[in-house]
Amino acid sequence: MNGAQDLGGMMGFGPIAIEQDEPWFHAAWERRAFGLTLAMGATDSWNIDMSRHARESLPPVEYLTSSYYEIWTRGVERLAVAAGLVSDEELRLGQSLAEPAPIKRVLKAEDVPAVLARGGPAERPIGQPARFGVGDRVRTRNMHPQGHTRLPRYARSRRGVVELVHGAHVFPDTNAHGQGEQPEWLYTVCFSGRELWGHDADATLTVSIDAWESYLEPA
Amino acid sequence: MGHDHHHDHDDHSHLTEIELRVRALESILVEKGYVDPAAIDALVETYEVKVGPRNGAKVVAKAWVDPPYREWLRTDATAAIASLGYIGRQGEHMVAVENTPDEHNMVVCTLCSCYPWPVLGLPPVWYKSAPYRSRAVIDPRGVLAEFSVRLPETTRIRIWDSTAEVRYLVIPMRPEGTEGMSEEALADLVTRDSMIGTGLALHPEAMR
Repeated sequence: MNGAQDLGGMMGFGPIAIEQDEPWFHAAWERRAFGLTLAMGATDSWNIDMSRHARESLPPVEYLTSSYYEIWTRGVERLAVAAGLVSDEELRLGQSLAEPAPIKRVLKAEDVPAVLARGGPAERPIGQPARFGVGDRVRTRNMHPQGHTRLPRYARSRRGVVELVHGAHVFPDTNAHGQGEQPEWLYTVCFSGRELWGHDADATLTVSIDAWESYLEPA
Repeated sequence: MGHDHHHDHDDHSHLTEIELRVRALESILVEKGYVDPAAIDALVETYEVKVGPRNGAKVVAKAWVDPPYREWLRTDATAAIASLGYIGRQGEHMVAVENTPDEHNMVVCTLCSCYPWPVLGLPPVWYKSAPYRSRAVIDPRGVLAEFSVRLPETTRIRIWDSTAEVRYLVIPMRPEGTEGMSEEALADLVTRDSMIGTGLALHPEAMR
């Protein structure tokens, strides 16, 4: 979706706030928000693509004026309500009003190291060969789906070259909407700065994205 | 955010809106039995104490001194990094990219905050923020200048926008004058920013 998360190429946000000796967390609530997000993710009530879509679906003003852990917190709230695990009223009151819903699993402290070590690999077996190979010229599709996509606006309808072939990966555009993993070949596609930004662009610049096969057509 | 403090008789009157919000969310999720608070503690401790950019620095230092390892990193970074024990969440599919005098690599996630946790830990706030995410892909030299990095005009800049589950680790150039230094001492020259591409490895002079 063309939401506030799709920031590449936007202007006017000012200088980068670089913090020397930055702590891992800036407040106690950030620790809890981080842990809650991962612990709820581990319940398998939703997947990582649904999480990203919940965050990018925040109204742009809210997204751009929230810190990252605020965005994560609001994301978990939305996901938990959408999954039927909590109600809006419970969130408003800060207390449980109903019996818990069934849940696939609960992350225990002793399982944390193993769960983190396992991670969530996205590569999957696929039946068909890759359509593109290293060095192939491709063009990204011009598309503006209402739902989730990982093709940034700045890289739509642009000509690039396939630089890496990663194997078949879970397709976020369907996985974010409960339409299955539908794995597709994933490629690193490289664009010149001028293809992306026009003739005023830095002539020494190249930018790559990781693009699923259906984002691409031969060029 | 609500930084106005209401001095009523509510027990939480000193808390900000987001503090109240997170506290409410945790208490509901714990009360319903979906979340074990001890698991939250364990998750936080992992990323506050155990995982961080010293992991990535060891990968880089090894690549500098060990050509076969460097080649392995080039061809199968996930396995080469796993061989040092750095595995798992947000590092499942790793690619290492090497800086040279001709080409400088820099990593961003314009769409969210993708970052190689097992080798760098959690990302700094600036990495997740709008100024960096918006400009890294269109004005990287301007971004680098804010990090006090100035590269020759002839050095090509290569930006890696992490739009999928592949995570990128930049292998910075080994500084001059480090011949004969131990792998361990070399790792101390490798900063977090040098592995994102917004910095360079430290010169040994800087360590004195």
